[in-house]
Order: sequence, then structure tokens, then C-alpha cells
Amino acid sequence: MSRLPITKTPKPYVGGAFIRSESGRTFPVRDASGAFYANVPQCTRKDLRNAVEAAAKAGPGWARRTAYNRGQILYRLGEMVEARRDELVGMLVRFGESRTAAAREVETAADRLVYYAGWADKYEQVLGNVNPVASPHFNFTVTEPMGVVGVIAPDVPALLGLISLVAPVIVSGNTVVALASERLPYAAILLGEMLATSDLPGGVVNLLTGFRAELVPTFATHAHLRGLSAAVGAAERKALQLGAAESVKRVHFAAPESPAAWLADDAQSAYAIREFLEFKTTWHPVGA
Amino acid sequence: MPSTAAKKSPRVPVRSGRPAPELVFGDLWTFDPAPETADPKLKPRYDLFIDGAFVAPKSGRYFDSINPGNEQKLAEIALAGREDVDAAFAAAQRAFDSTWRRLPGRERGKYLFRIARLLQDRAREFAVAETLDGGKPIKEARDFDVPMAAAHFFYHAGWADKLEYVAPGRRLEPLGVVGQVIPWNFPLLMLAWKLAPALAAGNTVVLKPAETTSITCLKLAEILQDAELPPGVVNFVAGAGETGAALVGHPTPAKIAFTGSTEVGKHIQRSLAGTGKKLTLELGGKAANIVFDDAPLDQAVEGIVNGIFFNQGHVCCAGSRLLVHEPVADAVLAKLKQRIRVLSVGDPMDKNTDIGAINSAAQLHRIGELVASGRKEGAEMYQPPCRLPAKGFYFRPTVFSGVSMSHRIAREEIFGPVLSVLTFRTVEEAVEKANNTAYGLSAGVWTDKGSRILKLSTELKAGVVWANTYNKFDPTSPFGGYKESGFGREGGRQGMLEYGQLA
Repeated sequence: MSRLPITKTPKPYVGGAFIRSESGRTFPVRDASGAFYANVPQCTRKDLRNAVEAAAKAGPGWARRTAYNRGQILYRLGEMVEARRDELVGMLVRFGESRTAAAREVETAADRLVYYAGWADKYEQVLGNVNPVASPHFNFTVTEPMGVVGVIAPDVPALLGLISLVAPVIVSGNTVVALASERLPYAAILLGEMLATSDLPGGVVNLLTGFRAELVPTFATHAHLRGLSAAVGAAERKALQLGAAESVKRVHFAAPESPAAWLADDAQSAYAIREFLEFKTTWHPVGA
Repeated sequence: MPSTAAKKSPRVPVRSGRPAPELVFGDLWTFDPAPETADPKLKPRYDLFIDGAFVAPKSGRYFDSINPGNEQKLAEIALAGREDVDAAFAAAQRAFDSTWRRLPGRERGKYLFRIARLLQDRAREFAVAETLDGGKPIKEARDFDVPMAAAHFFYHAGWADKLEYVAPGRRLEPLGVVGQVIPWNFPLLMLAWKLAPALAAGNTVVLKPAETTSITCLKLAEILQDAELPPGVVNFVAGAGETGAALVGHPTPAKIAFTGSTEVGKHIQRSLAGTGKKLTLELGGKAANIVFDDAPLDQAVEGIVNGIFFNQGHVCCAGSRLLVHEPVADAVLAKLKQRIRVLSVGDPMDKNTDIGAINSAAQLHRIGELVASGRKEGAEMYQPPCRLPAKGFYFRPTVFSGVSMSHRIAREEIFGPVLSVLTFRTVEEAVEKANNTAYGLSAGVWTDKGSRILKLSTELKAGVVWANTYNKFDPTSPFGGYKESGFGREGGRQGMLEYGQLA
């Protein structure tokens, strides 16, 4: 007699907990064959605001962690992804990727986390500096995280795209509220489970599932989001930039040309970290 | 002035407990006039600078530029309309395609070095023109604006052939044509901040000076001609908001760089939404200047005065909110009042003037309006009893005490010689109050304790932190804000990155 499998209720990871939408709404996701897979929470603007609050609360503590510590936690997240490689590949295959492509996506995602983990205690040395001012002052420029950053992940590649946008933002001490792929939200559901076991403090990364059309306007105008990193099309770009102007928000569109380009080495760089840093210059007189 | 306090003569007994008596100047000790007399070599009429030549505006319209120190007309300035802006961008695009982008960095750099040198040669003339046109004290134009503008050209000149070092691992390539709009508070210096990095990175430029201060910009065009800068690499279009809107909304520029008010900055950010153009904004500020009880108070008072009264307070990073530690609040306020009683307010052309003319009648009105709101909301106002010239736009240095965070004078950028004094008890309260603003351009910290400086410089949400100093600038030192004070940096390696794309 065959055993009936226990199916999982997908819940996004927000504020260190697995939540349902405050609205109680869900939407069904189907696998590549068109069969029903699960109901995923359809997060609302209110869920987004709650997530921003959680991210804001987690921010100062995360930013105060040492760079070494942040690097180790990102590396640990890489370990978690690697450890659940087969499950992630199986999930991507179930939603329509070839096994080869799925394996490459998951492996690249794990490698990308390790790449940014390694930057944690180095980007400052590359991006900041001491400035030789023409007066008796010691003057240096250091980087600081911006605060809470909104991320809008691409539909494809759902897992690698999300990780590629989140990792460079949090490595510097920012916290994130991210909207998962609308087509393949289950990737973010699984990532949430890895975040929860990676030593990353709750609230540093908050993942929402739901519909872009519903949430983009709030991402654009929420004044506590200091930056936006989005892989979106032209119409959404304009909407995000228009809303961002209300609070002089920084907007960066990370958009490799094709889904395959996300796999390339040049889809990762210290300059992706730089997009969500502020530069602070401090002066002090030199003398007795 | 060198301090003589440290040199204690053994024959003079050290006073114990009693503060030194205040010197009473009254009006017995006024300075004799010390007018700067150099010839600013102004032309009666300035045309637009497009494609390497001075050209009349298509509309034939000109507007007057007046001296805010005495309200007399200095010159008339060509008003650029849409067609002129079109012509400027066409020239800039031609120059980018045909000459500037093909030129080796080494040669681009040499043009910038030439500009720096030619500006140094004519520094005195430019300082006088700047003071006449903008109202700032001649000692500031002479000792700060003009030499610092030349320094910016000199510094960025050296970057032009070293772009592979701006962004390790990547190559910095020019963006194309850049549109720039600058404010009236540091006309020549802001022009240098904008032009020098743009040109060094290989871009060509269309720039609009502020309508009240176009003269040194158009005088600099003479230097660009003398430097034999290829036609079209730099184009100047003068005018007010309409000209600015035509420039910002033009399809040609790959990037817009703007310095000015947060209100206009937001408008520009909206207008560029969806265009794919790059944007940097250097906007308003409401900086906290924080004085702790262990600070060297006399030095701090000098820093407070410099922080708010430099350039009549027409400074986006002005230390307009003084946060004083409660134990020394009374002492600091007393010293501050004593200090501002001896500030010399008046003719900008006098070499002894500390506070010159407010840039325009409109700005004078705005300052007056905000000061009235401060009195109405219950803050206590102090102004020294100085005589102001009969003609021209002047405002007494003003200190408000008893200010709370909800007062308009503590929240809004006044852009004038008006200081709001608040107090705090703990470090946490100081940080909280300092950061409790939509702005985040700059901050000041005065304390003898090194660890406290480093803690505050970490926690203050501001792009520039001056510790035991204030209002210091340098071409090597990146400048720019957090939050609604804008994004992007100007100066230093970080500033260069804003004018290129990474390849």
C-alpha cells in the first residue's frame, strides 16, 4: 500500500518567523505539468509594511556585527544551500527547469553566497580610503549600510536571482524586504527555511510572496525603504523611480540581459555591494 | 589669528576662578574701510557659451544680474530658451563623438591643468566678480571659493589618464553628454565640482548656472577659450527654472547632476523616472553641530560661528542646529553671543567683512519669514546690534535658543545666518536628535574624547562628519548626503565614479 506524502504548507519567512499573509489570502501554484502543487500566501501591502518594520528593527544589530561575523553567517547560508542542493534542484525541475540547468542554478547560488561572504571584510578596503586633503586634517571615507532595502527578484531564475540580489545588500549590514518570483514563489519559501537555519538574525532578510502589481507601488513609496534593488521591466522601473522620488530613495536595477547571464561571474561584483552603501567622510584636525 | 593664551609670561599672575573680563568694543573700535579695489573686468552683457563661442540667445532676451550688496545692475545675461538648450546639447554631442571621447586621457587632463592654472592667474579678478555677483565677503571669495575651484580642476586633471584606478577590477568609461545644474551659493566652486570630474572622465557638458549668479560661470568660458578647449566640450546656458527644466528634460544627456533644494531635486528625480538616465543629487541639509561638555569651548564657538555664518549661512551643509550638552549650554550661549557681537556685517567688498549680503531679495524674504516663525513658535531670539547698509540685502546674524525639535526653524533649511540652539543630556539623545531629520548631509562633533568622536561619526546619518572642526572642503574629500540630502558623491575617487560607467 502506497503511503500518502505529507505536503508542506508554504509560508514566507518574515521577522524570523514563518508567516501567513495578514489577509489570509493565498494563490495556488502549479508545477510544470499543470498539477496543483500548493497554496502560497498572497502578501499584501500591510504584510510589506510589517516586514519593513521587522527589517528596521533588525538593522542596527546586524550592522553592528563585525564584518568577519557577517561573512561567516553568509558562508553558513551557502552551506545550507549546498546541503539542500538535491531538494532545491528537485524543486526547480518540478517547476520546469531541466535537471542540468537546475543543478547549475543551485550550485551557482551557493557559490554566489560564498563569493559575497568573502567580500564582507574586504569591500571596505577596496571602496573606502584616506584622502590627502590640503590642510592639517586627517580625512577618511568609509562606507555604511543604507538601512532597509527593498528587493524585487526576477521571475527567472527564481532562486539564483533572489540570492544574487539579496546577498550583496545584506553583506554590508543592510536588511532586506524581498518580493519573490511571482512565477516560482516556492524558491523563496525554501530559501526562507535555509535563512532560518543559517545563524542570520531574524528580520535581516524578509521574504514576501505575492503579486508584483499589487506590491510595487508600496515598494516604491515606502519612506523607510532607503534603497530598491529590482530586476523588473520598463513599466515597473518607471513606477519604482517615480515613487522613489518622494523620499529621494536610491534605486538600482540589476538586470543581466538573460536568465543565463545571472550565472556568469560578472553578474557578481563589489560594485553590486557599493550600490547600497553610503559613503561617509570624517574630518579631524591633526595637531597637539 | 595665532593664540597667545599658551604663552604665559611668568610675570603675569594667573587669574584663578575669575573669567577674563570681556573687552568692550561698543562702537569705539570700528574698523576703517578696507575695500577691495581690483577690477573684476565685467562685460556689460554676457552671451551664452555654446560650441566654443559666445552666442546671443535665439529669443534675443536678456535678464539683469544685480549686486546684492547694493542692488545695482552689474551686467545683463542672455536668457537661454529651449532652442539654445538644443543647440548646446547638439554641440556637446558632436564634441563627445568627434573629439573628446577620442582624446587620450593624458591630453584631456592637460586641458584641465590649463584651466586650473589660468584660473589661478586671474584669481583676484574672479574673486571680485564672485563677491559682486553673489554677495559673499571678499575674504571668502578670495581665500576659499576661487582657490578651491582651481584646486578642483587641478585634482581632477590628474585623474583623466588614471581611470583604471578609479574602480579596481573595472574600467571607467565616459557616459556621454552630461547635463548639470548648479546653485547660487558657491557659483564658481560648484561649477568646478561639476565640470572637473565630468571632463576628466571623458564626458562633455551642458551646464546651467543659477540665475542670480551667472557671471563667474560665463567669465570662466573666457578661460576655456584661452585654454583652447575644443568647441562644444563645455557649454553654458543661463536662465532660471524654465531653462533648467529644458536642460533636465532634454533627451540627449546620459546623466543629470544637480545641486540645489530637495524640493527641486525630487522634481528632477521624478522627471527622470523611466528614462534610464543616471542622476546625482546634492540637496538640502539641516546639520547638527554637537558640542559636548568636554569640548574646547572657545574653539567650538569659532566652529559654531564658522558653521552657520560662513557665506551668510547659504551653505547646504551649514551647522544650523546647534546641539549643546546641558552642563555647558549657558556658557556656550554666552560665549556665542559675545562672539557674534563682533562679527562685521556689511559691504561684501570690504576685506574685514565677516557676513556679506544675502544673495537675493527672494532669499532675504524667505529667511525673514522663517525667523518670524521661530519667534511666533516661542523660541528666544538674539541678534547683535549691528548697523546694516541702507541699500542691498542684509540680515543680522541670528541665534535662537530654547528651540525644540518641532519648531520650523529646527526642521526646515533656512539657508541664512540663523542658528537654532537645542540642548541634550546624553550621547544617545544627541544622536537621536541629530538624526531626527529627513536630511543627512553633514554633522559636527566637538569633544575631547576620541572614542566618542568615532562612535558619533559612526552613528550620525550624514555624508560628512566634521570632528572638532567644521565646513572644511577639499577636492580629494568626497562630499554628499544621506537620505533626502541626495545621492552620489562629489570629490575624491568616489566622486569620479559618478561620471562613468563600469566596463
